[in-house]
Amino acid sequence: MSDIHAPIEYTSTGLRSTKLAMWLFLASECLLFGGLITAYVLYRGQSTTGPYPQDVFDIGYTSVSSFVLLASSLTMVLSHNAALARDYARMRLWLLGTAMLGLCFVGGQVFEFTSFVREGLTLHTNLFGSTFFVLTGFHGVHVTVGVLMLLILVAFSFRGSLSDDPAFPVEMVGLYWHFVDIVWIVIFTVVYLIPAPPPHGAV
Amino acid sequence: MSSTEHRTDPDTAARPTDPPEQHVAYHPSAREYIRVGLLLVALTCIEVMLSYSSLSGTKLVVALFACTIIKFVLVVGYFMHLKFDNGRFSRVFALGAIGAFTLYAVVLLMFRVWSG
Repeated sequence: MSDIHAPIEYTSTGLRSTKLAMWLFLASECLLFGGLITAYVLYRGQSTTGPYPQDVFDIGYTSVSSFVLLASSLTMVLSHNAALARDYARMRLWLLGTAMLGLCFVGGQVFEFTSFVREGLTLHTNLFGSTFFVLTGFHGVHVTVGVLMLLILVAFSFRGSLSDDPAFPVEMVGLYWHFVDIVWIVIFTVVYLIPAPPPHGAV
Repeated sequence: MSSTEHRTDPDTAARPTDPPEQHVAYHPSAREYIRVGLLLVALTCIEVMLSYSSLSGTKLVVALFACTIIKFVLVVGYFMHLKFDNGRFSRVFALGAIGAFTLYAVVLLMFRVWSG
């Protein structure tokens, strides 16, 4: 791991290189999730066997998951605010809250996946299953990585080994976390809320 | 919970040769963030109500996407600070987001996904 106390590096534009790299990474992630969402849309209504989206989706349950993720974005930004105010106790509290909400979301997703499998929908069942599990699974992995980053940040903070500007790493992890949230905002609409067309071949 | 002191390495202390910190010039208060959070919750409620409403077809899709875009902009603008941050960050992210949207919209049009 690089020395976290290393001198701050700036690009020739005067922008902090770590922050620019994070934004470039997030921009590239748009292409990754764009591809997965496109694959889902492309194969909507193309499955020849069930279960179909309307058989398995529970909008009420997924809405609660969405609220949990939105709440986690709020706690994340409040932890950054606390870090800027050098209120590190509150910063840690909000970071832990964000991690807990993230875990709730991932737990909810695991429960949802399990119930879908019980209803006969797996990665191999049909086109809907393949595209749905790959898209939401990738998102779930991103949330899990975010939770790990948050917990590492909290551990570093307790050890007192964050850089002399703790608001900066919190801001970087926050950018990643909020990105995961906006990806879910799009997934929630495209996958869950827009009604799927009738199954392939149905009159 | 006691506040742990953060060690400061004298080597990393601000030096006169360093460029000025590129921190966000303005940070909304916690109250403003909570207001944005409540707005996001309200928009999500509207989306869910729309999905249960009698609205269907193009009207429903347009209404849902309108809510989604507003939520997207609120999170990116306020929570990710792009509204208050250096414009270059906005341009970098817009390049990826708009580039991806354009690319995949063309792909979907090529496959005539919306041709009925």
